[in-house]
Amino acid sequence: MPKAFPREVAMVILPLLLLFAILPFVYDNGLLLLNFVVFLVLAQGLNLTYGFAGYLPFGYVGFFGAGAYGFSMLVTLAGAPPLLAVLGGGAAAVAIGLLLSPLLRLQGAYFGLASLAAAQALLQLIANPNLSDLTGGPYGVKLTLPYTPRLIYILALVILAVTMTLVAWLRHSRFGLQLKAARDNPIAASMAGIDIVRGRLVVWLASAVAAGLIGAVFAWRASTFFPEAVFDLNFSIFAIVFTLFGGAGTLAGPVFGVLLLYGLYNFIGVSAPQYFQLGFGLLIMLLVLFFPQGLAALFRRKGAA
Amino acid sequence: MLAYALATGVIFGLYFALVGVGMNLVFGVMRIVNLAHGDFIMLGAFAAFWLFRGMGLPAPVVVALCFGAFFLIGLPVYYALVPRLQRAAEPEMLSLILFFGLSQVIEAGVAMLFGNTERSIPSRLLGGGPVHLLGQTIPYAWFYAAGVSVVMMFGVYVYLYRTQLGRQTRAIMAQKQEAVAIGIDVHKISAIAFGIGTGLAATAGVFAPFMLGSFTPSIGVPLDLTSFAVVIIGSLGNPLGTVLGGMIFGVSLMLMRTYFSSFADLLPNLVLIGVLLIRPSGLLGKRVRHA
Repeated sequence: MPKAFPREVAMVILPLLLLFAILPFVYDNGLLLLNFVVFLVLAQGLNLTYGFAGYLPFGYVGFFGAGAYGFSMLVTLAGAPPLLAVLGGGAAAVAIGLLLSPLLRLQGAYFGLASLAAAQALLQLIANPNLSDLTGGPYGVKLTLPYTPRLIYILALVILAVTMTLVAWLRHSRFGLQLKAARDNPIAASMAGIDIVRGRLVVWLASAVAAGLIGAVFAWRASTFFPEAVFDLNFSIFAIVFTLFGGAGTLAGPVFGVLLLYGLYNFIGVSAPQYFQLGFGLLIMLLVLFFPQGLAALFRRKGAA
Repeated sequence: MLAYALATGVIFGLYFALVGVGMNLVFGVMRIVNLAHGDFIMLGAFAAFWLFRGMGLPAPVVVALCFGAFFLIGLPVYYALVPRLQRAAEPEMLSLILFFGLSQVIEAGVAMLFGNTERSIPSRLLGGGPVHLLGQTIPYAWFYAAGVSVVMMFGVYVYLYRTQLGRQTRAIMAQKQEAVAIGIDVHKISAIAFGIGTGLAATAGVFAPFMLGSFTPSIGVPLDLTSFAVVIIGSLGNPLGTVLGGMIFGVSLMLMRTYFSSFADLLPNLVLIGVLLIRPSGLLGKRVRHA
């Protein structure tokens, strides 16, 4: 499939970027648009590790928080320029990803819950009052940076473009095929000479760096935040549900998941959070019971019939 | 100090064993992680709040009522969710999401009906004064909860090892395919195990207000992590190993609270990760996962 990769870039990634490049001129809630991009990156980042390696990290938000704190600590403690600090946020997430790489030995639910515990432990460490001098502890972070929403938004779009291109490339490259083989039948794959451990580590770190970079961008835009805000479990859950809803391992699926469900969230979730929580919980249950392959499978089935 | 930490650690350990055992039983039999477990504990706490504090029923009656009622609630929940889930490609992983969804529904429902306020039950209502032990005072309620935990654990043991149903349950835990082949009704046995799991969770919930100080509709998720840590330490899939897990967890938690209080909350998470990585035997020992 040599032509499939450029076709997906042209059919999915470019139109999406174009849409989000135009939207700020017709819609003036820039923060909401940025949040959409943040969730698009998180969903695609999670798609990397779940869709291609089969690991479902409930603690994915840990990378997001690590990015946010890597960014803000570089700015406050080292006085780094924000653009450099964003890269530092990505590096912090990679460092955490390397530290947690032994978790990749675990499978299924063990991995999911262990990564959740790791994200919680990271939050508790950062929010610990004893470390206030370094991290701000439970009192949060206050950054004094020049207000540059347009630059931040463009940066977020760049991160989105890179993440999605990576997903599209994995879908059509030899490396991606090896990963899928390893996910579906690890023993057969390793007998065919695929280095499973290295492949998984690569996508794991790639998905960490995506979340870390976008976490740094989020922190830059927010400037003032509490540790609980950037380690909110809902980031993980939303990313998982958006990805599952659209279909893991596809390129357009998670995009539809974010646009539909995050749109719905902003429509009802903000004014009536408990009704949203109820509806969201029901949606998750119906999704798992009736469409475990996501919306994309629905279209595929129709196409095949 | 040390003796006090150890003594309260054992008491809390017994209680944590009760908190985790239901999750472990469900995992052992069905190979699914019930993330709504913490919410059944929360519902048990609400039941205790009304039956015990509100209506003034005696504590043993409240325990029996909660166990019975939640056992019956567990049966339809099982039939509605689990058979369908087990037909999916990766039931174990999807169970996390499915039961997280259920947990959200329960939490939202309770919050909508009864509000998010923090509730508590004064521990003197359980009767008995504070117990003096090693120069410190320990609330009588803690002893009561530990005692009930011991009774319930013994009940689980009797069920699994001394009854016909229990023997069939253990057969499914050991080898599901063979259990099916020799004619065991897997769904019936699993539904009963699920019911016992929810019943045990609710029983743990009855004492949650005393052991945790207070409760809100949102205590479910942290309790899930605690249960999972307890269950993992004592080896997943073996309900009675949970007693050992609870003890190790309780004692180390109390030691942390005594000597490094500000880092005590980190413990369940670190223990969970540590045990999974260092002693993964029975979980997964190799670098590459099996299919």
